[in-house]
This record gives sequence, structure tokens and C-alpha cells, in this order.
Amino acid sequence: MIRVLLLALATLLALPATAQDKLPPAPYAYRQLADPAQEAKAHALMQTLRCLQCQGQSIADSDAPIAGDMRHQVRARIEAGEEPEAIRQQLIESYGDYVSYAPVVNKLTWPLFAIPVLLLVVIALVLRRRLTARSA
Amino acid sequence: MSDPVTSAQVKTARWALWLPLVLFGAFVVLVLFGLLRPAEREVRSKMIGKPLPEFSLQPAIADRPGFARADMATGQPRLLNIFASWCIPCAVEAPQLLALKQAGVQIDGVAIRDKREDVEAFLARHGNPFARIGADNVSAIQFAIGSSGVPESFVIDGKGVIRYQHIGEIRPEHVPVILEKLQEAGR
Amino acid sequence: MIAEFGLAALWLAAALAALQLLAGVLGLTARGAELGQIVRPLAVVQGVLTLLSFLALMVLFWQTDLSVKLVAMNSHSAKPLLYKLAGTWGNHEGSMLLWVMVMGLAGSFVALVERRLPEPTMLATLAGQAFVSLGFYAFLLFSSNPFERLNPAAPEGQGLNPLLQDPGLAFHPPTLYIGYVGLSVAFSFAIGALVTREVGPAFARAMRPWVLGSWIFLTLGIVAGSYWAYYELGWGGWWFWDPVENASLMPWLAATALLHSVSVLAARNALRAWTVMLGVVAFSMSMVGTFLVRSGILTSVHAFAVDPERGSFILALLLINIGGALALFGLRAGTVTEGERFALTSREGALVFNNVLLSATLGIVLLGTLYPLLAEALGAQVSVGPPYFNPMSAVFVVPMLVVMGIGPLLRWRRDSLARVRWSVIVPLALMLLTGAAFALKGVAVLPVLGMALAAGLVVASLLPLRGRKLRQVKLPLWGMVVAHFGVAVALFGMACDSAYTTEKLVALREGETVAVGPWQIDLVAIEPVAGPNWTALQATLSARYDGGSAVKLQPQARSFWTPPQQTSESALETRWNGQLYAVLGERAEDGRWQLRLWWKPFVTLIWYGGVLIALGGLLALLGRVASDLRRFIARDKIAYRKSRQGR
Repeated sequence: MIRVLLLALATLLALPATAQDKLPPAPYAYRQLADPAQEAKAHALMQTLRCLQCQGQSIADSDAPIAGDMRHQVRARIEAGEEPEAIRQQLIESYGDYVSYAPVVNKLTWPLFAIPVLLLVVIALVLRRRLTARSA
Repeated sequence: MSDPVTSAQVKTARWALWLPLVLFGAFVVLVLFGLLRPAEREVRSKMIGKPLPEFSLQPAIADRPGFARADMATGQPRLLNIFASWCIPCAVEAPQLLALKQAGVQIDGVAIRDKREDVEAFLARHGNPFARIGADNVSAIQFAIGSSGVPESFVIDGKGVIRYQHIGEIRPEHVPVILEKLQEAGR
Repeated sequence: MIAEFGLAALWLAAALAALQLLAGVLGLTARGAELGQIVRPLAVVQGVLTLLSFLALMVLFWQTDLSVKLVAMNSHSAKPLLYKLAGTWGNHEGSMLLWVMVMGLAGSFVALVERRLPEPTMLATLAGQAFVSLGFYAFLLFSSNPFERLNPAAPEGQGLNPLLQDPGLAFHPPTLYIGYVGLSVAFSFAIGALVTREVGPAFARAMRPWVLGSWIFLTLGIVAGSYWAYYELGWGGWWFWDPVENASLMPWLAATALLHSVSVLAARNALRAWTVMLGVVAFSMSMVGTFLVRSGILTSVHAFAVDPERGSFILALLLINIGGALALFGLRAGTVTEGERFALTSREGALVFNNVLLSATLGIVLLGTLYPLLAEALGAQVSVGPPYFNPMSAVFVVPMLVVMGIGPLLRWRRDSLARVRWSVIVPLALMLLTGAAFALKGVAVLPVLGMALAAGLVVASLLPLRGRKLRQVKLPLWGMVVAHFGVAVALFGMACDSAYTTEKLVALREGETVAVGPWQIDLVAIEPVAGPNWTALQATLSARYDGGSAVKLQPQARSFWTPPQQTSESALETRWNGQLYAVLGERAEDGRWQLRLWWKPFVTLIWYGGVLIALGGLLALLGRVASDLRRFIARDKIAYRKSRQGR
């Protein structure tokens, strides 16, 4: 059922039924940058930006018009020489952390990184206890 | 040297056996919050209280000018309305925008991914409350001000600072709220 | 009439479950021992009734009986037969009935064939199964009745979401559900064992086939779902770390850990409390996953079957089932001793290491999935996606895979790494060389790790067979080898896909050509075509690999009319070394057609590897069942001989 739900969700969100604009997609929505290195940079960034209307997909995986426009913006700005992280920062300024799939450490998200470290420490401690128990 | 086999046993502490239940309890508290919270799930702009970023929009139709960031800082609060002719809720909110205009509000519109003739037809049918209408075919202004759909309306104060965001169509009951926010912005 | 019959069967099954619970509990007491005898028959009849109820719903969908609300809401008379039938579970109520049916059948299956456990543990187990089932019966009957009538009947149905009208719907949900719900047997076993404190090798051997069986289906379900999303969503992605996907991954991780710890318990009588714990956790994760998906608290606005009332209902079930089981664990596990001891460097040690790391991975996935909710509780919106999950899970999965290569070579109880160092030197060298080679080529860190590990594991996974006569190798060992080999294969596919996929977004006119990786692709024609309940624009592409002969690909942009919706059907051309993936997009203003094309080297290995993993599970299961049968027959023979001698 899981995947079924995911699919259902994806369409419902990606194709808001009847009200569609009639304009062709933005130039870089479905066109790659000529420079493969720049395109690779743009693609990596697009995979980590969240589509604002589909909410469960990255802009690299969505047919929603606003995702196409955001792809256009990302590619255009990469082409103009901007760094991917600068673009991400600007979008976070507009929309907050929600727009980025790559959480950063801040006062709200630190447990997301502290807990894995804690888990590692616990695992190491348990193993150490066994190891030292052996050599004692 | 002791026998490694016998000494390797680690006894689980009594309290540790209750740990799973404690974690599950925390999970339940968390999802209870998720179930009980209000249904609103929009992505809100984080630009409230910040000045409008630089932008410059071409006119969307013949008889209204386009506008740029500088045009928004006129000393008077203005309403910035993001709309499109293909968006049904935008037609729904049209009477409210006209009422706001009647009340003396300066409204600037941005037509998103729209054709000139479609915008003209839309305004002819639903009325034109806008002082200026810019065209944005790639949603750039939305990404700059943190708008994630159409329609959305932003209250901009006289210095060009974003003061309030209204997501979705403006219904009759929203008009007083928006008027109040405009007044606050004018102070 | 059929709807009423189905509903009646469901009510009756629920009543029998209540009786089964009562008889099971009383059967455990001294006075009620006789009552215990009806528990097994009750479980069997209950299973049959749920099956009948489910078949009734299927018949309703087959007939498109529009006087039934569920059918009218989710089906349509013009739908192909396959999707009418599969549509039975393409909605909330029907899929919950499928859940209940699998649970009922699993319960009756246990009651029929399980003879190894002491009778009290068996009674407690079946009572536990009845208790869990009762909650789900209540959920179905009181808040998700699939047989509700519509008066007057609808003139026509509203149809099924076109994205679900795919053969994947026939296969993916049932397999996943058998896996999900099959774990309820392990859960009930764990409850039974906690109640009677009978945790030992016999318990583990009894539980193992059920865990294996569920795990095989769970694996297949996830593999099928991943492939379905891959070709249906049209962007070439096969795993998105979406909450819905994570909801299926978490029970799998727990079941995988359980599978390994149950082996330790069966072979060495160690890890008793831990195994019981995992038995509880695995099915708990199935229920938590279902809750997260159905309540809609993680996926926003539009997820289907999002209903806070239903969410609250499932949450109440979780509280009772999981909370109760974990409380029982806290109370009783202290009296379950850990069992036999072992050294860290031993087969058990390696399995413990893997178990801990699998559990930690599960913890990370759960944390990342729930964190957006926690952040929202604290007043902010955050997104947690692949950039978090990929490296974080790698931190735990990479050491786990290394141990997976070495562990099977170690002896039980106590061993030394020095003994196996010459065996692992070949895979280790291969791993380092592969890693270095790809790293020098400038491949990113994670794919390099993946390819290096895959190269090492391909060899390491076969090492347990070294020095054995292949014909004499027992099936469970084959199973382990095949499953571990499958992990290496899947890993290689993932790494290749992420490092070497070529993407091409183009706009072409008919007759124009484009190159994608080693392929030359011509757009031959764009034509309209019609299907049973859709029309489509179809592109005909002629593709040549490296100048070879041409193959035809026909991606479509489909328009369904019930409900009105557009989908894009990708076209795939599979070669031994990868897959060509084509999607037809919109027509540009200048008359050219948008095409999205990918060449994905070795991507299919991801799913072949997954199937191998499941196949390994199947071999192990067959081996275990066969040896159980042999033991059974031998015991019967001895009993027979004794009876003859006595005469």
C-alpha cells in the first residue's frame, strides 16, 4: 500500500487537475545547461530542493509548473556563475529550512545529528565493555 | 587470563528494559501533537519584516505599467497581489480586491505564467483592481519573496518592507484583516 | 446480498476472535484447560471467515456493484478487469480488509501447522494474535466498513486513480501486506513467550519460519514498490526517502535484525531477551508505518485516506498493542536470562554487531522521518531528505556490510580474526582496489564506498562455500550465501546508477536524432493511440546501442477520463548492462516534442539483487521447513516402532 499511496499522493499534488497555465515551461525547466559540469552542479542542487506544491518531492522529480520554474531559476543562476550553496541560502531566506532537503545543524535541528553520534558512542561503549572484559 | 567466553556476558540493566516503552511514549506524545494540531500546512514566507528584494517586472497588459522594487517604497502601504488568469481561486477573490480598491488601497498585481490576452480577458471579466501589473513567466518574484502558490497577497509598507502575507484567496471575511494590516503598515 | 454476506463474515470472525482470546486466556489457567482445546479450531475458522469476507469484496469490485459505497467511490464499469480486481485493495477500506485477512489467515496457518511449542506458549500466542486482530476488526467495522451500502446506488463509479492502474497494483500491495502482517505472528510468539517465560531454542525454531516467510514477502514488496515507482513516476528515481517509503523500510530493518538474532537463539540459545524485543519491535514498526501513512500526519494535505479520526483510532490500537507489549517486556524480560555466553569475535558476536547496527539504522530512519513533526511542534518547518539519510545511514550500514562479509566465516562461540585473515584477504584487496580505482576517476564518496563494498562482498559472500562439496551444502547455508550475494549485487546497482546515469532533456521534431550515453535515438513519429479507458499520445523512438540494431520504444502521455487525469507512461529498454528510460513530455510552441531520456548502467541490478535477497530467504525457509519435517517424520517412526515393540 505504501508505494500506492506515494503514487497517489504524487499525482494529486503534481497535477492540480483542471487549472493549468497555458504558457510553455520556463526555458530551463526541461532543458539542460550546455556545460556538463554546471549541469551536474545544478542537478545535484535540484535533487535537494523541495517542490513547494508537491511537498513530497524534490524539484528534480516533479512536473508541477512551480518546480519547473524553480529548476529554471537554479540552472539560470548556476549558468550566471552562482554557487549552489548561495542559491540554496537565498531560497532558505525566502521559505525557511522547509525548502531544503539537506538539514543543517542549528538550535532546532541539532538532535538530528547528535542522536546518531550518541548511538555511535553507545555502540562503541558496549563493544569496548566486551573487549576490555575479555582482556581483563 | 580469564576465560573470554564467560566474561563476555554483559548484563542488561533493569531500567534499560523499560527504555523501549519510554521511547514509544515519546513517540505517542509527538504524534498526538501531529493529530491535534491545526490543519494549516502552507509554507509561509520567511521574508516578513524584511525589505523586498530587487526585482523589475515588464508590464503584463497594455494599459497598466510594470513595476520594480523602487516603485513599492512610496511612503504609502501597498498590497502586492500574486495572481494568474488560469487560477480559479484568483477569480473568486476578485470582488474582494475590488472592494479593497474601493476602500482606497493601492494594489499592484503580478501575473504568473500568463499570456497578455488571457490577463486582459480575465480583468475584463472580473474587474481590474490593479494600479500596476507586472508579468512574471518564471515565478522569479515568488522565489524572491517566499510565495509558493497563487493567489497570495503581501502587505508592503511605505519603505518597501514586507509586513504581512495572506495565502490563498481573499474571502470577504479576510478583507477587514487585510485593511487592518495595511493600517498597521502605514503607521 | 454479497455485501451483507461479507459484512456478516467479518462480524462473525470478530466474535470468534473475542472467543479465541477468552478461551486462550482461560486455557492458561488450571481450571480452564479444556477451553484451551477450542483455541486452534477457532483460529482456523476465523481465518476462513476473513478470507470469505475479502472474496466477497473482490466479487463486488468484479461486478462493479455500484450500490456499495466503496465500489462506487473507487471503481468504474469501464475499467479493465485486472484493475477492477486489484482495485479491491487500491483504497483505504479494502486494504485494511486485506490486512485483516492476512492476519486471520496467518493465525489459522499457525494454529494448523505449529506443533513444536509447549501448549501453554501456543495458547498465549494464539490469544495474543486474537487480541491484536480484535483491534483491527474494530477499526474495520466501526470506522472503515468496506461493505457500506449506497442508497440509491450510484449511476457510475468515480474510477480508480490512473497512477494505480498498473500491474504493480496487483502485486505490490498484497506482497507488502503479507510481509507487514505476517510479522504479527512473530509479535504474538513474543507475547506468548513473555507470558509463559518459555524463551529458548525451541521457541526460536518455531518462530523462525514465520519471520523468514514474512521477511521474504516484505523484501519482495519493497523491491516491487521501488520498481513500480521507478517506471511510473517518470523521473528515473527509485528511492526517495519519502515517509511512506520509510514506513516500509523500518519493519524490514527490524525483521532483518530479528531474522539474524533468531538464528543465534536457535543455534546457541543466546540473545533471548533481545530476540523477544525484536519480535515485538518488528510488527510494531508495521503498525507505526501504517499509522504514519493513514493518519496523514507526515505527508501533507492530499494523501488519500487522510482522516484524523481514523488516525486517532489507529493510534489507540498502537497504544494498546505496542504499549502493552513493551510494558509486558519491561515486566517480564528481566526474568528471561540472556542465555549462553559468547566472545565478541565469534559468529554470535558478528551477528550481535549486525543487529546493533541494523537497529541503529532503523533508529536513524525513524528519527529522520519523524523529525519534521518534532520541528513543527517546536514551531518550525524543516525537511529531511536524501542529503541527510544517505550519509547518515551509510555511517551505520558500511561497517555492518564489512562485518557481513566476515561474520559468516567465524565459528560459533569463540574464534579469532587471525584464523580467517587469509580467507578475507582476497575480498579485502578487491574492495580496496575497486575503491581506489573509482575514487581516482572522480566518482563521489558514497558511490565509491558502494562499489568497493559490493566488489568485496561479491567474493566474501561466496567464501562460506569454500572447501565444501557444493552438493552437500545445506539449503539454509545456500540461502545465506545467495541473500548476501544479493546485497552485493543490489549495492553495485545503486552505486552505478548514482555515479553513471546519463540524463538528456531534449526537444525534438519527428525525424531528429539525439545521443544519450552509448545510444543513438531517433524520434520516428508521434501518434494518438487509444486504450480501454484512456487515450494517449505515443512517441515511437528508434534506439541503437553503440551502432547496433534498432529497438523500438514507445513512451506515452495518457489522458484518463475516469477520473480525468494525465499520466506519463515511461518506456524502458533493458540490456544486460543497464536500462534506457524514455518519457514523452509536452509539445513545445515551435512544434518540437519534449523528451526525457536516461541511460542507467546496471540499474536493474538493484531489483535483481533484491530478488536474490528474497530468494536467499526462500532457500533458507525451505531448508528449515524440510528439516523440521524430517525431524517430525523421524519422531513418528520412532513412536511407531515403539508401539510395535510394545505389542
